[in-house]
Amino acid sequence: MTQYGVVLFHTASAVMRAEKLLMKEGYSIQLIPTPRQFSSDCGIALRFDWNHREVMKSVLDAAKVEFEAIHFLDTKRG
Amino acid sequence: MIYLDNAATSWPKPTEVLKAMTEVLERAGGNPGRSGHRLSIAAARVIYDTREKIARFFGISNSLRVIFTGNATHAINLALKGILKPGDHVVTSSMEHNSVMRPLRSLEKQGVRLSIVPCAADGSLDVKDLEKAVSSTAKLVVVTHASNVVGTILPLAEIASMTHQAGALLLVDAAQTAGAIPIDVKAMGIDLLAFTGHKELQGPPGIGGLVIADHVDVSRVEPLIQGGTGSRSDSEEQPDDLPDKFESGTANLVGIAGLGAELKWVTDRGIDEIRNHLKKLSQTLIDGLSVLPKVKVYGTLDPERSITIFSFTVAGKQVSEVGLRLDEEYGVLSRVGLHCAPLAHKTIGSFPEGTVRLAPGIFTTIDDIQEAIQAISKVVR
Repeated sequence: MTQYGVVLFHTASAVMRAEKLLMKEGYSIQLIPTPRQFSSDCGIALRFDWNHREVMKSVLDAAKVEFEAIHFLDTKRG
Repeated sequence: MIYLDNAATSWPKPTEVLKAMTEVLERAGGNPGRSGHRLSIAAARVIYDTREKIARFFGISNSLRVIFTGNATHAINLALKGILKPGDHVVTSSMEHNSVMRPLRSLEKQGVRLSIVPCAADGSLDVKDLEKAVSSTAKLVVVTHASNVVGTILPLAEIASMTHQAGALLLVDAAQTAGAIPIDVKAMGIDLLAFTGHKELQGPPGIGGLVIADHVDVSRVEPLIQGGTGSRSDSEEQPDDLPDKFESGTANLVGIAGLGAELKWVTDRGIDEIRNHLKKLSQTLIDGLSVLPKVKVYGTLDPERSITIFSFTVAGKQVSEVGLRLDEEYGVLSRVGLHCAPLAHKTIGSFPEGTVRLAPGIFTTIDDIQEAIQAISKVVR
């Protein structure tokens, strides 16, 4: 079973920028409502395959896309 | 009917624009960036895509520096009131629209020092006069890119270099030029650019923006309004993140979708192609109008130095009478009066009576212009 992580952002514009960039790089990602356990600044979060966390973080950093945090998404907690 | 009032708002609108506006409500009708469900995300994507198109269109690299506003007036107010404080010095020209003059007069009452550089009767600006006014005390220079009364284009590159030598910022009112002539914020040395979507960009009313060049320190600009942004919702303070700092309240999604479609429409046609077409219309109009007896045409009468906006008066006739007869008897739609620019009319010598203004657009043909000239020649007889 795929294990997921989420990237949290400060603004919706940053989410859009990240989505466009990561799709272009070929990552399988999905925008989801921010899971409440993370109480993020922004209502939209970006879900991704947890195995890609390091390389994805470097892609976002390289493109200077500001994000708030990256978390492991524990699906058991719902 | 011959619609020659494109400087007030362009008409007709491309069907692509109308289609984009209907479709967005059908398939992306959520509140962008607020809720996180699919309709909210779809709306946020539409807005972000348009932001990127605008950034590319005006030549800036960071699309988060495109701030959506209701119109150019709103964008100009944001820049002027966000930057100027009592004691600051601001310089402008005598060809400005009231979208610039009224906020400046209001700021003047609050203690901002205002210098107005007089322009010539054809609307042109001698940069030497500007140089005298832009001393090291100036914080901001604000000028129209081209006059909404006579179409005269101001020399932005020279104005920009003078402004920057004095250590000031340059705010440009591109209400009449965005979509009519190429604008590259970086290459032209513009620091802040106010534009509207509903004139030469062929889009809907109610959407415009302020483009802030990549190098401008945004901490120098205060927001005009504060409120909900969908971001940093735990805080009661306005966030500093762009574009949220300047964009509170629910965005005009329908207008932004229309703006996105119109930018594609203009880009597909090519801005140079559009400019060339408009220049041909200008030349036809100049040739036809300037030979009519009793008619005085204002401006440079040079399609290279102006956009496709013309003002004229008729000796012995009121402009309102000319405008009404053109409409009722010949179906030629113009705009008469002062065009929200009393100072510009004082500069060209047509205050307080005003002028008849003709503003062809992208969809106007040479035949339309010739027909309009025929109609004018009969009315002025």
